[in-house]
Amino acid sequence: MNLQYIGLKEINGPLIFLNHVKGIAFEEMVEIKLDNGTTRHGRVVEINGDLVAILVFEGTHSLSLKNTTIKFLGKPMEIGLSENILGRVFNGLGEPIDDLGPVYVDRYFDINGSALNPVARVYPRDYINTGISSIDGLTTLIRGQKLPIFSGSGMPHNDLAVQIVRQAKLSDQRKEKFAIIFAAMGVTHDVANYFKRSFEEAGVSDKVVMYLNLADDPIIERLLTPRCALSAAEYLAFEKDTHVLVVMTDITAYCEALREFSSSKGEIPGRKGYPGYLYSDLASLFERAGIVKSSKGSVTQIPILSMPNDDITHPIPDLTGYITEGQIVLDRELHQRGIYPPIGVLPSLSRLMKDGIGSGYTREDHQPLMNQLFASYAQVMDARSLASVIGEDELSPADKNLMEFGRLFEEHFISQGHKNRSITDTLDLGWRLLSFLPKDQLDRTDEMILDRFYDHEDAINFFNIEDSVIINELKKEGN
Amino acid sequence: MNKVYSINGPVIKVKNSTDFQIMEMVFVGDDKLLGEVISISEEFTVIQVYESTVGLKPGEEIISTGEPISVTLGPGLLTNIFDGIQRPLNKIYEKDGKFIKAGTNVDTLDYDKEWEVHFLVKKGDKINFGHVFGEVEETTLITHRLLVPSGIEGEVKEVKKDGSYKLKDVLVVVEDKHGNKHELNMIQRWPIKKPRPTKERLPLSIPLISGQRVIDTLFPIAKGGTAGVPGGFGTGKTMMQHQFAKWCDADIIVYVGCGERGNEMTQTLEEFSELIDPKSNRPLIERTVLIANTSNMPVAAREASIYTGVVIAEFYRDMGYHVAVMADSTSRWAEALREISGRLEEMPAEEGFPAYLPSRIAQFYERAGYMNTMSDRKGSVSIIGAISPQGSDFSEPVTQNTKRFVRCFWALDKELAYARHYAAINWNQSYSEYISDLSKWYNKQVGVEFLESRQQFIKILAEENKLMEIVKLIGKDVLPEDQKLLLEIARVIRVGYLQQNAFHKDDTFVPLEKQLMMMNLILYLYKEASIIIKQGKAFSLLLKTNIFDKVIKVKYDIPNDQLVLFDNYYKLIDEALHSVK
Ligand SMILES: Nc1ncnc2c1ncn2[C@@H]1O[C@H](COP(=O)(O)OP(=O)(O)OP(=O)(O)O)[C@@H](O)[C@H]1O
Ligand SMILES: [Mg+2]
Repeated sequence: MNLQYIGLKEINGPLIFLNHVKGIAFEEMVEIKLDNGTTRHGRVVEINGDLVAILVFEGTHSLSLKNTTIKFLGKPMEIGLSENILGRVFNGLGEPIDDLGPVYVDRYFDINGSALNPVARVYPRDYINTGISSIDGLTTLIRGQKLPIFSGSGMPHNDLAVQIVRQAKLSDQRKEKFAIIFAAMGVTHDVANYFKRSFEEAGVSDKVVMYLNLADDPIIERLLTPRCALSAAEYLAFEKDTHVLVVMTDITAYCEALREFSSSKGEIPGRKGYPGYLYSDLASLFERAGIVKSSKGSVTQIPILSMPNDDITHPIPDLTGYITEGQIVLDRELHQRGIYPPIGVLPSLSRLMKDGIGSGYTREDHQPLMNQLFASYAQVMDARSLASVIGEDELSPADKNLMEFGRLFEEHFISQGHKNRSITDTLDLGWRLLSFLPKDQLDRTDEMILDRFYDHEDAINFFNIEDSVIINELKKEGN
Repeated sequence: MNKVYSINGPVIKVKNSTDFQIMEMVFVGDDKLLGEVISISEEFTVIQVYESTVGLKPGEEIISTGEPISVTLGPGLLTNIFDGIQRPLNKIYEKDGKFIKAGTNVDTLDYDKEWEVHFLVKKGDKINFGHVFGEVEETTLITHRLLVPSGIEGEVKEVKKDGSYKLKDVLVVVEDKHGNKHELNMIQRWPIKKPRPTKERLPLSIPLISGQRVIDTLFPIAKGGTAGVPGGFGTGKTMMQHQFAKWCDADIIVYVGCGERGNEMTQTLEEFSELIDPKSNRPLIERTVLIANTSNMPVAAREASIYTGVVIAEFYRDMGYHVAVMADSTSRWAEALREISGRLEEMPAEEGFPAYLPSRIAQFYERAGYMNTMSDRKGSVSIIGAISPQGSDFSEPVTQNTKRFVRCFWALDKELAYARHYAAINWNQSYSEYISDLSKWYNKQVGVEFLESRQQFIKILAEENKLMEIVKLIGKDVLPEDQKLLLEIARVIRVGYLQQNAFHKDDTFVPLEKQLMMMNLILYLYKEASIIIKQGKAFSLLLKTNIFDKVIKVKYDIPNDQLVLFDNYYKLIDEALHSVK
């Protein structure tokens, strides 16, 4: 039943209101025809008796109370999908914008998706080799995980995302089907082009599906962009046994669109003006990752969000962290020191790695190495804060040594440029760095492991620090 | 006929109706979505819907049931996983596939399954509410005691013979004093928001032992007690709750995943089915009920899930069991209250939360307790609630209001978590008010040294805390030798004792006996080393013996079943210290 109405009762921000409407459903899709022949799309967001509020995705500019015809489509917002979407580019509403014509449709999906039954899920355990030491070694990415990059403006989060996509693809020997879905929300044309070019250079363009809502595209459309992308991801993963990597950027722009929608609806704002249901709304995106029993595919999400003012307690990174299975946090200070990728390893975390590393997955010493690197690097931070008060010269030899370890760790382990490092290289490098420290300072690992992997001589030679003052001082002390 | 008038997310309104009662369960629309009446005025009756309202239309019918939102109680709850409104997720999976659909209708328990019933009443017995009339082996771990439902009191007129019966088969017929007959079967319904009555509340005197050192030693919780676990994202709330669910000495665990991750529930389900309980050699799932209302499931059902969990806990308590409820996370439940309240356009109090938030939190935690049940058994419900403070800021309303009503506060610390010091419980901010209630038990069951050693640990940690303020300004090197030793011993306590690795086969659970032996060993080291320092020896000499690091690694190097190995360590300490003399 397609009902049509002419004229509106009220226009307020992205919302339009209609009177005397009967028989329409909550969240039903709407087509809005303007006198000038153009069509816009909308969704029923509230029903009050016969008064209906409709959210217009493309915005309400140049709408008047008279110049519109509203058609109710009798179904929720759907997207037509098939494997032919691979290699194509769509706008934020899922319409093709690459001049290659419409795509063949195998099935239509409600873009809102539905909650996955926890019983239907398979707990993710397979790790993805990204070739990046600070990720593979310390915040291992697992297939089916949602692991966001917390960044800030001016930091190389896009480079990092591209590097992950490129290297993760190269290391996959198993000839399984894979796809990359890229959802842009409110990013500039330059950023979108950068991703497009990079995918081309990596030779994966025909595996990429792009959903673009760029900075100058309608803001409210942004609310649909990730939903279209994730519907496509679920389709490919769960119906077509494909391993899908979803890169979504920028979650902050998405949240701002949600805030705009919420305030125009007159809802009571929560923290920083974001609606009280921001958590639930983000969860409805991020929870669309994982693996299910009925299929061989998986959906892995790498959302990128820029922390306003680098503030990790801002509601957007805060709520994201509560939903996702860890986070990779970029550190401005490392970035300013020219270290790439500037991953702040202490606040970074991968919750799923505990079951995806160790013997059978990476190597049996992975867990103890990781624990010890974290612990020692945390001590470096203490030494640094002490040094900032009393000056580095006044530190004890042990603390000076820690400072040196910190520098080596950052310059050799975290910093690796755009190279691809194997997991073995990463783990060996980790032990080599730890071997720089006195053995008795490694209190997170048991003797057996240390006997196998600790080699102080080798570390000193490798890092070429034989003449270092600190070592001499330590030697003087009798170590 | 009552019809849907307005729809705003999970909140719908009915116009000009006088047919409903507050808190009544209703079915909404053609799909029969489950809902609850939450407010009534002359003009509007407001209903919150526990399922997605997408596709609902004004004019669809609302059916009233006359009953408040209730759960079904009976054998078959254990090993099962339900959503927030007690729909069995396994059966939903079989019926609908991987995605959960709105309005799906399945039986909570399996009404075709036969259970072996053993009767404990005979003809002529007088029975009333809460009386145990029979037993069923629900799992090899747990005997399900069949309780007489509320409102039934009288004489047993008929009893079936011991044998196999289905849940709805009539087992016992009771005649009340008016001559009315009541048929009893294995199931009963109970409103989720109404606490199940007991005869009396007993004082708390037994700890709920978790095998987690920082909890059992420093901040223990009593059986029947309450604890709040606040912490920013990734600080280890869920791990802490999982550790409790796996190792604590409750009889039954009710684990409520309230607005959290789907994968975590899958993990719990998989892990608990495989993990073998060391005491009984049976899979842990046999003593567990899981409630999963993940973050992307409807928000109103999230609100209900906490109550669903707690009624199930009370039900097993009434059979005489010690039940521990894990609620992860109560903040998501509070946010569900806020979301519904916002849609009702109620006047918000602090940070948009409704003014009734404190009273709801209080009502929830007050359902914990150590009780004398209606059938004169002793049972308890302990509640451990995770709190996810916005921006990791403990001054926010949910943390603050929870603090008022719980008696254990285990504050998880971001800095500790960053340094991978797990369990990241901050020993300066956390507390347990149960120590004095439990001291008798500890003295009797573990030995008087336990609490004494604990006291010494606390003292050392407090002194370290004070000294660190100085160290932060001038470094360690200038401290006098005895203070250097104190700092080192504090490190041994922090790294060797408080820190506990949940992924290590021996360290994941540590019996009280070993906890005590570890404490004694550390304090022995401190005592002996102090003597040497007093004799004027340099602390750096002691440090070089590596004895401190050996003691730190005791937790890994002495398996839980080889505690005799502790003797060697006393020798090692003596030797090491002797070498310095
Ligand atoms: N006792 C422990 N031993 C070892 N690792 C731990 C321990 N506790 C926590 N961790 C580590 O910390 C990670 C995060 O813990 P967890 O998922 O429990 O955090 P959380 O506080 O529940 O976070 P959120 O609020 O986001 O759900 C785990 O994945 C694990 O790697
Ligand atoms: Mg958690």
